[in-house]
Amino acid sequence: MFENFFADPKTILLGVLTGLVFGFLLQKGGVTRYDVIVNQFRFRDHTVLKTMLSAIVVGAIGVYAMLGLGLIESLHVKGAQLGLNAVGGGIFGVGMVLLGYCPGTALAAAGQGSRDAIVGIIGAIVGAAVYAEIFPFVDRTFGSMGDLGKITLAGAAHVSPWVIIAALTAASVSLFIWLERRRTPSTSA
Amino acid sequence: MTNLLRKARWSPYLVGAGIGVLSWATFYFMNKALGTSTSFVGAAGSALCTVADDHVCNNAYYLKEYGAKDGGFKPIFDWQFALDLALVGGAFLAAWLGGTRRIERVPALWAARFGPSVALRYVGAFIGGFILLIGARMAGGCTSGHGISGSLQLAVSSWTFFISMFITGVITALALFGRVGKERSHV
Repeated sequence: MFENFFADPKTILLGVLTGLVFGFLLQKGGVTRYDVIVNQFRFRDHTVLKTMLSAIVVGAIGVYAMLGLGLIESLHVKGAQLGLNAVGGGIFGVGMVLLGYCPGTALAAAGQGSRDAIVGIIGAIVGAAVYAEIFPFVDRTFGSMGDLGKITLAGAAHVSPWVIIAALTAASVSLFIWLERRRTPSTSA
Repeated sequence: MTNLLRKARWSPYLVGAGIGVLSWATFYFMNKALGTSTSFVGAAGSALCTVADDHVCNNAYYLKEYGAKDGGFKPIFDWQFALDLALVGGAFLAAWLGGTRRIERVPALWAARFGPSVALRYVGAFIGGFILLIGARMAGGCTSGHGISGSLQLAVSSWTFFISMFITGVITALALFGRVGKERSHV
């Protein structure tokens, strides 16, 4: 495993640059705070949802535009194995609320001084090691459940991706407007 | 510009749009999609490799994530591994410039519900992190790889993950916290 441990310097440099910007943005957005993340799941603070939906809408428009213009060759869609996606996602949600960070925000939280996030990262690495051991069993049991391949919502619905992106944008903007309007004066205290 | 960098907090819409634009850059310049959790597997594998080399090298999961086509392993310290480490530095810079960097062991909401014990919080954080990564690897991604990158590509896998994790997250939050802190804790 150590024979070629490091990727080439250019790849590493690009990773570092991406991580610096990503970590900077996450911290400035406040989504590296335990209370902010947990309170999203309690519907008391919608910072996480606002951030993620903005990223998804802006990202989708740009990435699909680049794909359409031939500026990028392909997408990086992960295969749909609905059994694994749904059960894994369900387990993830429990861990995310107990830890109060997700993997990326835990790393960023460590940078802002959250010591509990470091403990969470250690737990996460141990979790990864355990998953590597149970993987054959998991894969055998429900790995092929709902295996649809690398499919997108547009592909599944047989429509242009722009139909989905337009709907997603409209839904997100409506949600944002609604969230901003219902904010009572006490929220800014 | 300096004023903006020194602000403690940015609008979530601005931050989200920034992450969206960052995704354009990773697709265009690097042919990559943002993700963070695979490298936790790389970290675990390379740590175990020092004590149980044979075991790691023959493990189906390490081979699935890092196996090279012509045998052996791809680099562990790759684009994403570098990204993960740099997340710490990026957040450090943001917090330092904004004056929000502080050592915190027990977050306020946790303390309001479970008390000020650091040990208890660390146990919770460890177990939480443990569950988190098992879920992420089972699902094939986390909040970055599925939640942001996959969702913006409109992947069925990612939206399934997103909805599923939100549902169990809400149930877990209700079970753990109930109605603690009824006042809205908008920061």
